[in-house]
Amino acid sequence: MKIWLKIIAILLLVYVHVGGLLFDVPHLNILNETIRALYFHVPMWFGMIFLFLMSVIYSIRYLNNPNVEYDRKAVEYANTGMAFGVLGMLTGMLWANYAWGSPWSGDPKQNGAAIAMLVYLAYFVLRGSLDNQEQRGRLSAVYNIFAFAAMIPLIFIIPRLSSSLHPGSGGNPGFNMYDLDNRMRMIFYPAIISWILVGIWITSLRVRLRTIEDKIADLEYGKN
Amino acid sequence: MMTVVLSVWTSLTVYAQNQVEMADTMRSNGKIYVVVGIVLIVLAGLISYLFLLDKKIKKLENLLSRKEPSTK
Repeated sequence: MKIWLKIIAILLLVYVHVGGLLFDVPHLNILNETIRALYFHVPMWFGMIFLFLMSVIYSIRYLNNPNVEYDRKAVEYANTGMAFGVLGMLTGMLWANYAWGSPWSGDPKQNGAAIAMLVYLAYFVLRGSLDNQEQRGRLSAVYNIFAFAAMIPLIFIIPRLSSSLHPGSGGNPGFNMYDLDNRMRMIFYPAIISWILVGIWITSLRVRLRTIEDKIADLEYGKN
Repeated sequence: MMTVVLSVWTSLTVYAQNQVEMADTMRSNGKIYVVVGIVLIVLAGLISYLFLLDKKIKKLENLLSRKEPSTK
């Protein structure tokens, strides 16, 4: 990852964390100051979706051209995306405990996100259960496409078809004037961009580590 | 009368004490700036951790490139 992208990410993160805690926000009932969770909780999910999208793109590229580099990128993007999802889930549950009265209320958005993450967990189980590199790459790439296709309705469509407690769900588009005003957008969008950049950064480190691992395995194999 | 004067005097001194100007930014607004500081420290720690990891991986890559046969 280019150094200037890292610097942009850092500067945006500092701005987002200072502004997110200090700048003025709409005064709303029940939400009170927890409206600021938007700056820290929602970017986790946007980050997860972006990283899963990158993962599925590399899976499709792997199916077109079975280059082991694509397989590495696909799995590591999914790994980082999963970490973002766990953070999104935990921050959401902490917030829900005070906004909805309990950390888990079986809300369609919560259930959908949980099922989507389980579908992705199965991706890692599938990879772990196959020894042959080519077979693992091909089968998991096909499964990854299914997992991404399953995530979209689980997170974006089903919560809007039923009545969800989650802001931005229940028939409303996510970005309407009641959820987000212009002051909040000035922090919310940079927050999304900066966390996506951090996700790419972590992924690039993990891809390099995996490359080293594979090379060492090759060296060991070559000796025998 | 005496007690009234006394109480006014004490309240004035207390008021005067509260007016003493200090560098109290970190204690204003319910000490929210302290939280900002904490969050920024965590963030700085995480980012420097990423840079350290980057350095370590770079080292491993160099080590490996020397060990690898020159065919690649």
